[in-house]
Amino acid sequence: MILKSRTSADEPYSEVTPEPIYRSRRDFMKAAAAGAAGAFVAGLPLEACASQAPSVTALPAAKKGAFQVDPAVDPLNTFEQITGHNNYYEFGMQKTDPARYAGRLTVKPWTVKVDGLVDKPGNYGVEDLVDFKSLEERVYRLRCVEAWSMVIPWIGVPLSSVLAKVKPQSKAQFVEFTTLERPSEMNGLGQSSLDWPYVEGLRMDEAMHPLAFMVVGLYGKTLPNQNGAPLRVHAPWKYGFKAGKSIVRIRFTDTMPATSWAVANPREYGFYANVNPTVDHPRWSQAREKRLPSFFANRPTLMFNGYGDQVASLYTGMDLRKFF
Amino acid sequence: MDAWRRVMSSLDKAAGSRLFKAGVFIACAVPIVGLSYRFWQAYSGAAPDALGVDPTKTLLHETGHTAITILLFSMTVTPVRRIFHVNRVQNVRRMLGVWSFVYVAIHLSLYLVFDQLCYSMATCDGRAIWNDLLKRPYIFMGQAAFVILLALAITSTNGWQRRLKRNWGRLHKLVYVAAVAGIIHFIWIQKSGFHKPFPWMVWLAILLAVRIWFAIRKRLPPTAPRLSRRSA
Repeated sequence: MILKSRTSADEPYSEVTPEPIYRSRRDFMKAAAAGAAGAFVAGLPLEACASQAPSVTALPAAKKGAFQVDPAVDPLNTFEQITGHNNYYEFGMQKTDPARYAGRLTVKPWTVKVDGLVDKPGNYGVEDLVDFKSLEERVYRLRCVEAWSMVIPWIGVPLSSVLAKVKPQSKAQFVEFTTLERPSEMNGLGQSSLDWPYVEGLRMDEAMHPLAFMVVGLYGKTLPNQNGAPLRVHAPWKYGFKAGKSIVRIRFTDTMPATSWAVANPREYGFYANVNPTVDHPRWSQAREKRLPSFFANRPTLMFNGYGDQVASLYTGMDLRKFF
Repeated sequence: MDAWRRVMSSLDKAAGSRLFKAGVFIACAVPIVGLSYRFWQAYSGAAPDALGVDPTKTLLHETGHTAITILLFSMTVTPVRRIFHVNRVQNVRRMLGVWSFVYVAIHLSLYLVFDQLCYSMATCDGRAIWNDLLKRPYIFMGQAAFVILLALAITSTNGWQRRLKRNWGRLHKLVYVAAVAGIIHFIWIQKSGFHKPFPWMVWLAILLAVRIWFAIRKRLPPTAPRLSRRSA
C-alpha cells in the first residue's frame, strides 16, 4: 500500500516554484498581449482564444508552507492550465466555460455569513476571516472525481485558523460551506445541472486538520474568479468537488450537511469523497488517473491522494466502501 | 405545385452529381484531418494547447460527436428521399454509414490507447477493459454500437448486398439499434442532466417517428392522403 507522503518540508523554496511561476507568468503576459490573433496564428483552438486574461491583483508575500511536493514527481501545472480547465457549473458545464464567463463576477465587496453552532455568528468580510499577514504557499495535488489531476501552488491560510476566529461550539460536528448563487453574474445557473446554491461540507475534525486549506490566491496573485474567488476550500485528500468555491456562508451544525453532489446522485457521490483507488465511481474506475495535460491515464491513484500519512487516522475503523 | 416539383427535381439532379458526392466525402473527412493536425501539434509539443488542457477528452468527445452526427445523417437519407422524392440522394448513404463507422473505430481506439494504455501488450490493462465492459453500462452501450456498425460496415458492399438479398435490408435496420445505443452511451456518460446530447436525441426521435409513420402509411388503404402531396 502506497501511503507514503511526498511532502518534503526541507526542499529549498527556490527549487519548488519561482522558475515555473515566472515562466508561466511571462508566457501568460505574452499570450494576453498577443491576444486572439496571436493565439490563432499559433494554431490554438478557438476556445483558447475566447477566454480573457483573469483579472488578478497582487497579494502580500506568502511564506513557503509546510506542505509541498517533489517537483520531479509532481511538476506544477501552468497558470493557463489551472485557470483554463475548471469545473464551476455556475458558469457552465464545459471545462472552458468558467474561464470564458467568470470574468463578470464581482468579488468585491464580499460578505461571508457565519451561523449555526458558533459563538461569534455574523457577517464577515474576507479580511476578517483570513489573516493576510500570514499567508502561505502550499503545493497540493488536486484529484478530480473524473479521474484527472493537477498540481497547484495555492496561497491561503489553514482552514482551522479561519474557523477558530469565529469560535465554533463543541456541539458542532460538521461545517457546511454554501457557495455563491448570483444569477445576474452566473450564466450556468439556468442549466438544470444541480440544485443551487452549491453546498459542500466537512466533518469538524477534517476541517480542523492542518492540511485543510482556505485558498485566496494562486501563483502569487489573488485567486482568479474561475478558481473560486475570493475564497475557496481545498482538502487535497478528497476529490475536487468537496472544495466549495466563492464561499458566502459557513454554517456549523451537528448533522451531516446535505452536500450538492450527494443529493444529486447519492449512488455515485458520498459525503466523504476521499480519494481512493479501491472504490470505483460506479461509471468509471478510480484505479488510475490522468495527470493533465498528459494524454495517458497512466498514474496509479494514491490512497487519500498521497496524503495518507497525515489523514488516514481520521478514518480509523470506518468502512471507506460504505462511507465513500 | 409545379414550382415545388421543379425545385425537387433539380435538387435530385444535384444530389446525383459527382460534385455532391465529393462534397459529402470532404465534409466527412474535414473533422478527422483537423483533429489529426491538432493531435500532431499537441503530441509533438509544437503547440501543446492545440487540444486543450485535457487532450484525450477533446479527442474522445469530438470523434464521438462526429460519429453520431454522421450516423444520423446517414439515417436521414432514406426519409428525405421518400418524402421529397430526391431519389439520387441515396448515392451517399453508404458512404455516410462507413464514415460513421470510421469515427466510431477511432473513438474506440483512443479509449484503448490512452485510457487503457493498449499501445503495448505489456501496459494494456485487459482486466480493466473487461471490467469496464461488464460493470459500466455506458461502455457496454458504446461497445454494442461498435459491434453493430462493424457488421454493417463489412456487409455494406455490393457483393454482400447481393448475397444477403432481402435479408440485407433487415440486417441494416439494425442501424436504429446502433443509433439508440450510441445516444444512450452519450447520455450515460454525462455527469448531470442531458442538455448536451439533447439535439441528437431530438434528431433520432424524429427519425424514429418518421419510420413509424412510414410503417403506418403502408397499412393504410391507398386512398389515404399521402405525406408527399400534403407537404406541397
